[in-house]
Amino acid sequence: MTGKPLTRVGGKAAYVAGNDIDTDRIIPARFLKCVTFDELGPALFFDERFDPAGKSKGHVLDKPEHKGASILISDNNFGCGSSREHAPQAIQKFGIDAVIAGSFAEIFHGNCTTLGIPCVVMEKAQRKALAELIAKDPEADVVIDIEGLKVTCANQTFDITMKDSAREAFLAASYDPLDILLRSMDAVNVTARRLGYA
Amino acid sequence: MGKNLFQKVWDNHVVGRLDSGQYQVFMALHLIHEVTSPQAFGMLKDKKLTVAYPRRTFATVDHIIPTDTQTRPLADDMAEQMIQVLSDATAEHGIEFFAPESGSQGIVHVVGPELGLTQPGMTICCGDSHTSTHGAFGCIALGIGTSQVRDVLASQTLAMDPLKVRRIRVEGKLSTGVTAKDVTLHIIRTLGVNGGVGYAYEYAGSAIAAMTMEERMTVCNMSIEGGARCGYVNPDEVTFAYLKGRERVPTGAAFDALVEKWRGYASDSDATFDDEVVISAADIEPTVTWGITPGQAIAIDESTPDPETAADGDLVRDALRYMQIEAGTPIKGVRIDVAFIGSCTNGRLSDFQAVAKVLAGKKVASQVRAIAVPGSEKVDKAARELGLNKVFEDAGFEWRKPGCSMCLAMNPDKLVGDEVCASSSNRNFIGRQGSSTGRTILMSPIMVAAAAIKGQVADAREVFEL
Repeated sequence: MTGKPLTRVGGKAAYVAGNDIDTDRIIPARFLKCVTFDELGPALFFDERFDPAGKSKGHVLDKPEHKGASILISDNNFGCGSSREHAPQAIQKFGIDAVIAGSFAEIFHGNCTTLGIPCVVMEKAQRKALAELIAKDPEADVVIDIEGLKVTCANQTFDITMKDSAREAFLAASYDPLDILLRSMDAVNVTARRLGYA
Repeated sequence: MGKNLFQKVWDNHVVGRLDSGQYQVFMALHLIHEVTSPQAFGMLKDKKLTVAYPRRTFATVDHIIPTDTQTRPLADDMAEQMIQVLSDATAEHGIEFFAPESGSQGIVHVVGPELGLTQPGMTICCGDSHTSTHGAFGCIALGIGTSQVRDVLASQTLAMDPLKVRRIRVEGKLSTGVTAKDVTLHIIRTLGVNGGVGYAYEYAGSAIAAMTMEERMTVCNMSIEGGARCGYVNPDEVTFAYLKGRERVPTGAAFDALVEKWRGYASDSDATFDDEVVISAADIEPTVTWGITPGQAIAIDESTPDPETAADGDLVRDALRYMQIEAGTPIKGVRIDVAFIGSCTNGRLSDFQAVAKVLAGKKVASQVRAIAVPGSEKVDKAARELGLNKVFEDAGFEWRKPGCSMCLAMNPDKLVGDEVCASSSNRNFIGRQGSSTGRTILMSPIMVAAAAIKGQVADAREVFEL
């Protein structure tokens, strides 16, 4: 399941502010009752976006000017909490293609990478500047250059960093490792026998 | 130069290096449950793949199963469907399934250890972040996502980067009324919720060595809440004694040979670590959370922080507002509506024994809804044989059937409205316990019992004269 190399991702952006946004907020547990991920998109940030009666709370993702945003910007420790993949799946099914944050929780970062969602790190001052840019012009195209480790928006350039192995995986189109893992089954079986499991 | 346990177990299980630079690592044990595996089996089917090592794979149901009645079909259609998909998939692929009422069902991180499936020196994975629990036996135990569950089902391996190792030494003797749960909450509070990113935690020191296996499991369980990828304790005589005679552990000479092998996994005396932190056990008090992350915690006799002076002022302000607690309020005395003892953190026999010991003759406050949920059918059976369920019921607790229950409310056990729950679980995030305005206060089992009796957050040492 190696796809095409992913060198850049572009689109409109929306800034969901706050540190420690956890996976229970990204996708409340009651939506995890499912046997496929297909229905998760509309439930993204559900309790942050809708009140118990289902009425919109005016969340940034529901503002008309941010409709169709495909780049999510947030702050530190984004995606902390569960290892369950439902949170990145909900993000992807909602239409988000990449996340820019101050830092990421580790398992969440790994799950996003496997799904082909680049997670890039931008430090606070630059993040605030980018957020201000898109607040002024929500339609502005934000382009994440994975190869050059830069983000451009409205003629301004921002620096980003990315976990080396994730960046290399996107550039080599190997971010979903299943096929690569399966190619070594002979070596896997040798290891299993050595360990006494075969 | 000596190696630490992480390095030994890692080196032992690496199959090879992948082109991406990551390593292909063999998983000695793969535990699966009904929330994160159905989609993985679907992915296997789509690609016409089979399970590579079904005999190294074990399944149970825990998250969505009700704790009042578990007869099939379940009332909730989707929950019933999830169990059925898991049941069908395990039957199709020859995977052992600890089904409800099989005698072995329970929370996956309670079941693995109690059966003796979890053993020192293993790499263990499961589609659940509290897989770190198994690290208590001297394992690399990792929570993984569904696509990785797919990878392990198909290849029995994961693509991974190695971790740095931080040794956390807890030295000295824990004070009376201070438990393993307080130790882990104290560590997270001290190092922060993302302090462990990029690290495996080795928990060491005299206070950890003095702990039972169930206490070590409580400490390792919440490694993830401190941002660590996993956490472990070196195997020792306590570990071997726990495993001796367990259902899935060899006996006789085979057991003796295993013990010698297991002994060798412990970190060498000259092992090096990327970082080390020393915590004095005497500094640890009964600890409770006040906010909306597990790191927002204070000692029972402290007050909530002041956003004006706190480091993350905005976060503190938002958390206090959500919890409906004023800044600078003593946490002791905060009213509670619900009390929950259970979960993979504190749902084992010793947790219920510790509470039963102090609960006898006392009564849950009239406004409090209190539930006790054994972590597995075996824990339930053992507790009943000791009469613990009666002690809880006499005090006013409901004694339930095994499951994750109110920890994360993917089952009918949920908070209603903005109820406050004193909980022995591991996460207090907004909405975690099933209500978008529900409020969770994490604490140890005896502290939950104290709160249940008083109807408010209380000091168990005072309530039970410890």
